[in-house]
Amino acid sequence: MDNIFGFKLSPSSTIDMDKVDFTLFDKLHELEPDAWKCMACGSCSATCPAGTFSGMSLRKVLHCLQRGKQKEAVNMLRCCMLCGKCSIVCPRGINTRHLILSICKLYKED
Amino acid sequence: MIGMAFVLTYCVFALGRIFFQLPGADRKRFLVSLVTPKTMLKNVRDIFCDCLLHVKIWKRNKLLGYMHSSIAFGWFMLIVVGHIEVLLYTPHRVKLFYYPIFFRYFVAEDEHTMKGEVLFFLMDFFLLVVLSGIALAMIKRLRSRLFGMRRTTRPSLLDMVGLYSLWAIFPLRLLAESFTANISGGSFLTRSINHLLTPLLGDQASVLPWWWAYSCALGIFFVVLPFTRYMHIPSEILLIPLRNAGIKIRNARKGLAKTQVYSCPGCGLCIDACPMSVQKANTRDTTVYLNRQIRRGNEKRIEEISDKCLLCGKCTAVCPVGVEGDRLRIAQRSVRRYGINPDYTSIDTSPLTVDSRGKVLYYAGCMTALTPSIKKAMESLLRKAGIDYELMDKDGGICCGRPMWMAGRIDQARQMMKKNTEIILSSGADTLLLTCPICYRIFKEKYRLDGIRIVHHTEFIEGLVSSGRLALGAEDRTFVYHDPCELGRGCGIYEQPRNVLRKVGSLVEAEKNRRESICCGGSVGSLTLGFDKRRVITQNALDNLTVASPDVIVTACPLCLDTFRRYADRKVEDIAETVDRNTRTQTRTS
Repeated sequence: MDNIFGFKLSPSSTIDMDKVDFTLFDKLHELEPDAWKCMACGSCSATCPAGTFSGMSLRKVLHCLQRGKQKEAVNMLRCCMLCGKCSIVCPRGINTRHLILSICKLYKED
Repeated sequence: MIGMAFVLTYCVFALGRIFFQLPGADRKRFLVSLVTPKTMLKNVRDIFCDCLLHVKIWKRNKLLGYMHSSIAFGWFMLIVVGHIEVLLYTPHRVKLFYYPIFFRYFVAEDEHTMKGEVLFFLMDFFLLVVLSGIALAMIKRLRSRLFGMRRTTRPSLLDMVGLYSLWAIFPLRLLAESFTANISGGSFLTRSINHLLTPLLGDQASVLPWWWAYSCALGIFFVVLPFTRYMHIPSEILLIPLRNAGIKIRNARKGLAKTQVYSCPGCGLCIDACPMSVQKANTRDTTVYLNRQIRRGNEKRIEEISDKCLLCGKCTAVCPVGVEGDRLRIAQRSVRRYGINPDYTSIDTSPLTVDSRGKVLYYAGCMTALTPSIKKAMESLLRKAGIDYELMDKDGGICCGRPMWMAGRIDQARQMMKKNTEIILSSGADTLLLTCPICYRIFKEKYRLDGIRIVHHTEFIEGLVSSGRLALGAEDRTFVYHDPCELGRGCGIYEQPRNVLRKVGSLVEAEKNRRESICCGGSVGSLTLGFDKRRVITQNALDNLTVASPDVIVTACPLCLDTFRRYADRKVEDIAETVDRNTRTQTRTS
């Protein structure tokens, strides 16, 4: 299947939202009501020093969790250095460091 | 009797437990330090100065100092003089330790049979001293402001029991001794009260109840002692040699941490010191309450209190017994377990390494990356002074690890430190220059970079100025210098930036400065304080800085700069910017 005339088939990226388990996600928002404030501006990702090494982006982490793609989120968080730059630049004043620590507490590495 | 026996066995058990909770290496170190003459001398001196005379509290407030030392030293002298009396007159009874306490009850003598009144006078004098201290303590409960304290600790129920029995001991002792003063002798105090009382209650039968009341108060105090804040009396004697032995907190609840928690006298000096106390809701999250909750084992509150703290270290700086509020909190954070554990081993350090043999390696750090004005000014200064330098994190580097360390994730912080050490060592630089005190502190304290000079830009600039590599001109402005927590209390750098600032303009001081400086509120130390809750803290710190109405607020930390800049009504800048603006000629000497 690979590489037919320079093209290839990629696996489907459809997410079946009915099959995603959102209990942890709901719990996270209970713990961190601030997380709802995020408007996905990407300031955090732009300043993130871990992003240069690993593609870590808090905006994407929240996005992935919202869509049930926990594995991607966890992989990104494994690179966070907790330096706190994101909390300084966040225009919504989200306490990003505590948000990250809460995610680290709730979710597990696979 | 019962009280004393109970307290002694309790203390012996506690001592043994703490001793065995210390890690092996520390235990050895402690024992060695106990027999080293130098530390031995220091121990004795510290115990005398801190536990009895309360020198540190004297320095803070005379009245408060007098209150504490009168009770502690007065009581100590009562015990000593009491023992001397027994030793002199009834030597065969010395073995019974309760005997000196109730001496006057057992022995019916007077000054004629007892060769002079000196001892009686001393006993009465020290009793008066203690009584005056207790009177002050009562006044302090009502009006703490007279003692220089805006807020004091709210005592718990058992603390109250301890407090009232302590207050009761000495007046009761006075009365009891007065009643027997005509039989067993007394001096100016007990004698005169005896004269007053005899016409009223001449009956000898009233003697016994007073002695009973006195011994009951004493008994109650000693029985509740281990469960109240008065446990600090025996624990502090252990804490001082441990501290002098150079032992550090290694476990959140055991060993040194435990000794510190129990040494907390609950005086509440940390409440006024805490920058969060500007909001009344936060006063319950100060170190004194952390210690109380750790004693109670209230896990939920312990987590809440230790996560909220800004880790500015001011409570540690003002604490008269030396409880390290900041380190204690980091230790509490470090016991937490997470499902996701970052791992940086995959980061390749070779692209981050710049060849800087014999040069200055400038690590700006995360926070300076957000305040490019500092980096620009610093680079300009380096060029003006003609210094060869390289940037370590030009296109983003690895975090120094201090924020991670503060969050209690020590293993992760160590991984980052290892990576940075690799980069710095293979770069071959001989000096590491930092413009961020957060980085500076961990580089100074935890990194092993042998042969490399680690220097903060305030020190570095002072060095350049004093060696004549930078020629400064003065401007007609007044500056106030804000001591960043990590640089001042953390690393002890207070004078270098001030020396530089005095050369470029006139320097005024903030109301609270140096060791007492107030955190800007932006600290990465706090995990739970949200952005909106920090504003009051920042405002309070700004009010403190601007009492002498300076034109410019100068600081030496990118995080303080960023935090102050949001709310300040005047110019805020980093010391590098100030100096760069006032550097006239370029002197190239290298």
